[in-house]
Amino acid sequence: MAELRMREALRDAMAEEMRRDEAVFVMGEDVGVFQGAFKVTEGLLDEFGERRVRDTPISENTIVGTGVGAAMAGLRPVVELMTVNFALLALDQIVNHAAAIPYMFNGQARVPMVVRMPGGGGHQLGPTHSHSFEALFLQVPGLLVACPSTPGDGKALLKAAIRDDNPVIFIEHESLYGRRGEVSEDEEEILRFGQAAMRREGSDVTIVGILKMAHVAEDAARVLAHEHGVEAEVIDPRTLRPLDLDTILASVRKTNRAVIVEEGWPHGGVGANLASLITEQAFDDLDAPVQRVTGADVHMPYSRRLEQAAIPHEEHVVKAALATLEGSI
Amino acid sequence: MADLPDASACYELLARMALIRRFEEEAGRQYQRAKAGGFLHLGIGEEATIVGVSAAMREEDYLIGTYRTHGHAIARGTDPRHVMAELFGRVDGTSGGRGGSMHIFDAEHRFMGGYGIVGGNLPIAAGLALASEYKGEDAVTVCMFGDGASNAGNFGETMNLAALWRLPVLFLVENNLYGMGTSVERHSAQTDLSKKAEGYGITGQRIDGMDVLAVRDAVAEGIRLAREERRPTMLEAFTYRFRGHSAADPEVYREREEVEAWQAKDPIELFARRCVEAEVLGEREVQEVRDKAEETVLAAVEFADSSPEPALDTLYESLYVLDSDAGWYAVDERSPEPHRGEHEDRMPDAARELAEAGAAYAGQPDGPRPNPAEQGDAQEGVEPEVAEEGDASPVADEVEEAEH
Repeated sequence: MAELRMREALRDAMAEEMRRDEAVFVMGEDVGVFQGAFKVTEGLLDEFGERRVRDTPISENTIVGTGVGAAMAGLRPVVELMTVNFALLALDQIVNHAAAIPYMFNGQARVPMVVRMPGGGGHQLGPTHSHSFEALFLQVPGLLVACPSTPGDGKALLKAAIRDDNPVIFIEHESLYGRRGEVSEDEEEILRFGQAAMRREGSDVTIVGILKMAHVAEDAARVLAHEHGVEAEVIDPRTLRPLDLDTILASVRKTNRAVIVEEGWPHGGVGANLASLITEQAFDDLDAPVQRVTGADVHMPYSRRLEQAAIPHEEHVVKAALATLEGSI
Repeated sequence: MADLPDASACYELLARMALIRRFEEEAGRQYQRAKAGGFLHLGIGEEATIVGVSAAMREEDYLIGTYRTHGHAIARGTDPRHVMAELFGRVDGTSGGRGGSMHIFDAEHRFMGGYGIVGGNLPIAAGLALASEYKGEDAVTVCMFGDGASNAGNFGETMNLAALWRLPVLFLVENNLYGMGTSVERHSAQTDLSKKAEGYGITGQRIDGMDVLAVRDAVAEGIRLAREERRPTMLEAFTYRFRGHSAADPEVYREREEVEAWQAKDPIELFARRCVEAEVLGEREVQEVRDKAEETVLAAVEFADSSPEPALDTLYESLYVLDSDAGWYAVDERSPEPHRGEHEDRMPDAARELAEAGAAYAGQPDGPRPNPAEQGDAQEGVEPEVAEEGDASPVADEVEEAEH
């Protein structure tokens, strides 16, 4: 094991897969000479050259579409969109093409492509550079959606994504790039999609958090234990499609309470979806309504004060968890 | 005017065009009988452009097109029976009944798809070409699109990328003068579409899309430039659809006289006449071509009609590639049943019940099929015989509005 930052772990995943398979290549805006807007592709151009590390014009829909065509013809493109916000410009190629092609052509074509994109708020980047679009992609059949929160998971999931024959939306969080963690140095180690991580065991309430909110959920669990005597079980799904619903339901059946934490908008969100699945499939096990903690229902404001007001924090999670326990403690 | 090739080449060009014409006529007729649903865009009148392109291509080259591509697939070698079966939504269709008229695909013949989104195929063409370049292969991608797509954002983006990366691709605009019902003069500030990509470094040339030999020769040169010099170029082929945009088109945007003037330039009639006058082909051979097309198309209808409806347990098939090693893929989480690991590709019982209940609304396989054509008013621009076939008629106007 090595201790690496998230950005280094992701870069290692790409570099290892590029060494392993000649068909793997990276393309995106400023991924080469500039080394990546968030320095995730640092060093790749030096090692692999311009044929395999391709700087592109600012043409998101065409970058992704070119990846779709290249993947259909046997390559394994790793496309970097500079941020999730710009993915909106590529939604036609992601939804109408990448996700639909294997199905609408009845399995005659595959689209083994990874589209990486960082998102999330907290850097005062305002309304057009702070989105969380996990729910948007989660909705689309045919896509796989990954949202790692630790460097170890990031590397192992990205390697799995690159080896997979399906189109993968790989969502990273800008605030996690510098975060350190233990990372496997075994080049064959991958993390299969659809396996949630149990970050903390507990018996009183289940807290599900993704990306940066997986860490906020863990912080909240510590506060719940120290200040309220509540033992929370914290689950990081790690992938949203496929979703390890079984692990979440098993936990809810044990704790009888659930809180879901995400940074995205509340309506039609990851939490809304999961709350619905839990209610449909474990209603009889619930002792309280499922609680959602989400970003505020606004466009991300620039002012640091307002921005922090729009993002979920540990205190919100503690409050939501206590709400599910109201009357029980 | 290009010299006529030898008799067998002329025969082949004529036969392909005649087959596509007859196929499209019959597709229109079957649509009227509600055997085919959805939208139906026919290529009648555009056969010389379609066949001229495919005649200049090698087997390993890729062709990618729009939502008007029954003929393109057939020209590449796809069995017309499978194209017809796709229109009928049956298991023997090119996409097993999942794609329909707008999404014909045949990997074996490197026909890389019909696409329903205007301009959506352009970047994909660049990707196919990139793969050939990356792998050091000789294949060239020919990307066909309509005049309307030249206004889509993808057009400029793709032209820039193709020129910048020197991709082995040839772009061909099938300029049939209308983006749906809007004429080129009303939809494009630059009406000389061959010039439209010049600023991106893609030179263009206008060609007569009603002359199969002119198309073939120009495409051959464009492919040579792409293959040998890695220089992407663009051709603007002037052609005309004799029928409406889709089967639901009242054609209020163009004059009868204009349609008739183009019909006088019928690419199949003109080519047949030229071959006969030059004594390369005899009248008997021209008739033989027509007879064979008739026979092939009627057999395609019979084949399509006897092909089974897709089974319900295939509803989720091919949504994901399941033989990858990265993980398992949940199938329809509306189902409360556990569904992971080895069960990943099976439709859970609850999902199956929902599917069965829904499919019941489609009626019996042999009975009348649900079809937008069964609602709404009478349709113009279609064969009159239709009316006798029952109430089957016309896609409702509101449906048409949703279309590009």
